[in-house]
Amino acid sequence: MTAHIQIRGLSKSFAGQILYSNFDLDFPHQKITSIFGPNGCGKSTLINMISGLLPMDSGQVLFDGKTLEKTVIGYVFQNYRDALFPWKKAIDNIKYPLQIAKKSSADIEARTQELIQSFDVRFDLNRYPYELSGGQQQLISIMRALAPYPEVLFLDEPFSALDYEMTLFMRDKLQAIFETTKTTMILVSHDLDEAVYLADHILMLTRRPTRVAQEIAFTAPRPRQTSTLTSEIFNVVKGQCLDIFQKEIKVLS
Amino acid sequence: MLRRYLEPLTPVVGALAFILIWWIFTWLKIIDPVLLPSPQDSAKALWKGLFEGTLAVDTIITIRRTLYAFVIAVFICVPLGLILGSSARLYRSCEFVIDFFRSTPASALFPLFLVILGVGESTKVAVAAFGAGLLILFNTAYGVMNARKVRQAAARVMGASPTKIMVGVTLLESLPQTFIGMRSGISFSLVIVIVAEMFIGSVDGLGQRVINAQMIFNMPEMYATIFSAGALGYALNLLFIMAERHFVHWGGK
Repeated sequence: MTAHIQIRGLSKSFAGQILYSNFDLDFPHQKITSIFGPNGCGKSTLINMISGLLPMDSGQVLFDGKTLEKTVIGYVFQNYRDALFPWKKAIDNIKYPLQIAKKSSADIEARTQELIQSFDVRFDLNRYPYELSGGQQQLISIMRALAPYPEVLFLDEPFSALDYEMTLFMRDKLQAIFETTKTTMILVSHDLDEAVYLADHILMLTRRPTRVAQEIAFTAPRPRQTSTLTSEIFNVVKGQCLDIFQKEIKVLS
Repeated sequence: MLRRYLEPLTPVVGALAFILIWWIFTWLKIIDPVLLPSPQDSAKALWKGLFEGTLAVDTIITIRRTLYAFVIAVFICVPLGLILGSSARLYRSCEFVIDFFRSTPASALFPLFLVILGVGESTKVAVAAFGAGLLILFNTAYGVMNARKVRQAAARVMGASPTKIMVGVTLLESLPQTFIGMRSGISFSLVIVIVAEMFIGSVDGLGQRVINAQMIFNMPEMYATIFSAGALGYALNLLFIMAERHFVHWGGK
């Protein structure tokens, strides 16, 4: 099977410092890929370039052979407070990408209802984002990102601003969405447990100039549960990742 | 028990104390009664001026001039601020000129505007609009420049066009700061209009009324006019705070 996202010859420098140089990478279809690596290796920069938020110095990114302009993507930002539109009610935030795509109001309504049902939302969506809890806001962010049926969903440390209880809940919510929609997901995480728990593949990056140190598969069956976190296969994979990670940090010191 | 009943009166305590002290001063004749008439006499003058005399007419004329100036300033300077603020380079190149004229007392420009526009309605309105406009301009530009980039990025990732982002995100994002500019702008506009009415061959308006009262030494009338001008300034500010709460309900959240 061909790759879903194909990155070729990507280069990026910041203030004369080379971050990526002639970087090639493929992301598979219908999988969750976690990106993990040392601080400053450019994990967020990478997904920002793929999603068009940051310009690359050179290189090409194709989605199923198409350019970004012809591709519908979703992006969940780390800081939901800064990413949601506070002047729109929660429900209108979810509808926003559908309005941008010029869908008919009947379609917009239908899609919104569908999302509300699949997420089993029980709080009042006619409130403004700032009236909702952090977890509820990030849930709205995720619903907004998923509304236009994105081909790829990017998540930049989506749960790092949430408390632990909410993080566990949201991980499972995200996993459930993945199981029903099979949307290709690219997740940047600072938390190795989370990176491994959610992923089919963990992409371990080196420090600058960044390369892929190793790609590790995590094949534990879904739906994964809290017990997955203590299973043998989880610990083996996490151990492998940690080894690579520590080697990378050692090079630095 | 008594305390709870008196609690709602807290905000008026200061005002009552002020009037009481004023009354004691005039009663004990600490200040020459010609210079400081009693609160009763001033209140009577205010009442008579509003309902029998021309104080109400003068107040309305001053309101009209202030609002004209304000509306002109908003229509020119909000769009200009949006354009300036959306390009950091453009703003930097104009920053000195804006800061310079903003720091120039607008009243120093009266003679210049008199030469250009003559002794009439337009000079008063133009100087006030000029001063208020600069306040609105740089506040709007600041609002745009300091707008959080994440929301614009979020809209871009969802496929919004640059115009859609400008109108649907950046403009709203800068609105809290724009409102601060407008609130300062309308207060400033009132100040300039009143000064203009005092000194630029005016036959009506609160400013002219104060000067007239001073010339014929009609102190109760003068206090009544000052009070009317104060109430006007206060009301405009209050109106704006209410408008702000309604239109920028998300501000500071």
